[in-house]
Amino acid sequence: MGPEILRDMTFDIPKGSFQFLTGPSGAGKTTLLRLLLMSLQPTRGHIRMFSRDVSRIPRSELPLLRRRVGIVFQDFRLLDHLTTYENVALPLRVRGKEESAYRNDVIELLKWVGLGERINVLPPILSGGEKQRAAIARALMDQPEILLADEPTGNVDPPMAKRLLNLFLELNRLGTAVVIATHDFGLMDQVDARRMILTEGRLDVYE
Amino acid sequence: MNEMSRKVLKPSQKAAPKMPQMRIRPMAPILPPSNIQGNALIVVIAIMAFLACLTLGAVSMVRATASSWQSQISREITIQIKPEDGLDMNAALNKARNLALSFVGTREGTIMDDAATSRLLEPWLGAGLDLSELPVPRLVIITIDENNPPDFEAMRAMLKTEIPQAFLDDHRTWVDRLVSMAHTTVMIGLGVLILVFSAMVLTVIFATRGALSGNRHIVEVLHFVGAESSFVAREFQKHFLKISLKGSGAGSALAAHVFLAAGFWQSRSLATPQSDQASALFGTFSVGLEGYIGIFATMLIIALLTTVTARMTVIRTIDDIDRVRSDPSKSEGV
Repeated sequence: MGPEILRDMTFDIPKGSFQFLTGPSGAGKTTLLRLLLMSLQPTRGHIRMFSRDVSRIPRSELPLLRRRVGIVFQDFRLLDHLTTYENVALPLRVRGKEESAYRNDVIELLKWVGLGERINVLPPILSGGEKQRAAIARALMDQPEILLADEPTGNVDPPMAKRLLNLFLELNRLGTAVVIATHDFGLMDQVDARRMILTEGRLDVYE
Repeated sequence: MNEMSRKVLKPSQKAAPKMPQMRIRPMAPILPPSNIQGNALIVVIAIMAFLACLTLGAVSMVRATASSWQSQISREITIQIKPEDGLDMNAALNKARNLALSFVGTREGTIMDDAATSRLLEPWLGAGLDLSELPVPRLVIITIDENNPPDFEAMRAMLKTEIPQAFLDDHRTWVDRLVSMAHTTVMIGLGVLILVFSAMVLTVIFATRGALSGNRHIVEVLHFVGAESSFVAREFQKHFLKISLKGSGAGSALAAHVFLAAGFWQSRSLATPQSDQASALFGTFSVGLEGYIGIFATMLIIALLTTVTARMTVIRTIDDIDRVRSDPSKSEGV
C-alpha cells in the first residue's frame, strides 16, 4: 500500500453549493476529486454519494452514478480526432442516445459557452480558452448534479479565467453544486465562497 | 437536486438572431478509424485469411480427387487368370465372367481382349507383342453396384474351386489406402487451419492490447463521462470488425482468384504434360460452388473470431484498468 494521502477529514458538498478546493501542490486535491468522481476507492473511511455508500456500490453500477458528476480537467482531455461538437456530445453518445435527440441541445450549449462558431473545429485548432470551454461544455452536457473542476483556469489568461469563473457561477445559479480545485488565490478572491483547504492530507473548511 | 433545465441553458431568443442551420459532419467513430497499427493488422489478417482459404481449398480439392479415385476403383473388380499348361484361356475367361455375373451386385463383365492387353503391356514390353508367345495373365473386369456390392469372399471361394488359376482383386487395398490418405490430408489441413486461426487470435489479442494502450486516453475519457465497459468494448469491437472484414475480405478474395486463375490455366492447358501432371497430383483446380461458399464462410469466421477476441480482450483489459485505476497504490494522477 502506498502513503496515506488524505486522512481525518469529514465534509459534505451541499446541493447547489459553490466551493473552492485549494492547497499546495501534492496536498491531495486531485486525489480528493477522484474520490468524489468514484474513480478511486478509499483505503479506509466512508464516502457517501447521492445517499449511497460508495464502497457498497457494485462496479458495474458506478458508471451510472458517475454520469451524475461532471468533471473538467486542467489538460482538457478532449479527443483530438473528434470535433468540438462531437467531444461535447460524447457523454450523451455513451448513454446510447440518438444524435437527432440531442443535436440541438449540444449546439445550444456550445453557443452558451461561446463556441457557437467553433462547432466543426478539431481541438488542435482551438485556443486554450476555447478548449477549456469545450471541456466545461462536455462536463455540463448531461446536466450533472455536481461539477468538479481541476485547475480549470490553469492554462488561460486572467480575462479568460474571469469568463470561466462567471460560467461556473452561472451554472451554480442554475442549481449545480460546483467544486473548483485551484491554486489561484486571485480567482478565489473574486467570489465569496466556501473554501476547502488541504494541507498535508488534512482538510479545513472555511464557510 | 439539479434544477437546471435545458430551457434555462438556451440563449435568449431576442439576443440570438435566426441563424441558418449549422452543417455538422456525420458523427466520427469514437476510435480513430485508421492508423499504422490498424493497417498492419489488416495486412496480417488478409495473409491469415488467404492461407486459411488456400488450405481449405486444397483440402477440399484433395478430398474430392481422392473420393473420385476411390469411387472409380471401387466400381470395378478384376479377375486375373494366370496361364497354365493345358488351360483353355478363353474358356476360363468366359467361365470366370459368367461365374462372377451370377452374383447379386454385379452389373457387367468385360474380358480384356488381346489387343487391350497388348496396349496395357506396351509401355513395358513394346509394341507388336504376340501374346501367344508369352505367359501373360489375362483379365476380366467386372463392374459392380457400389451401393450393393457382391459377396467378395464367396466369389473368391467359388472362383478358387472352379478355376484354380483365377485370382480376384476387389481393389480393397487401394481403396483403404486412398481413404486413409484422404483422411490424413484432411487432418493435416485441419491442423494447418487450427494453427492459422490460433496465430490469428493471438495476433488480434496483441493488436487489441496495443490498440487499447495506444487509445488509453480515449478509454479514460469514456470512463470519466460515464461509459460502461460494454460500451467501450462495443466501440473496440466495431473497430476490429471493420479491420477484420477488410483484411479477411481481401485475403479470401485473393484466394478465390488464385483458384479461379489455376482452374483457368488448367482448362487452357489441357493435355499438356504440365497440366496432366498437376491433374494427377491435385485433381482439377476447381473448388466448385461449395468451395467458394467455404471461402466466404472462412471470411465470416475470421471476422467473427477477430471481433469476439477483441471484445473479450477489451473487457478483460478494461477490468484491469478499472482495478488499477481504483487502487490508490497503483494509479497516478486523474
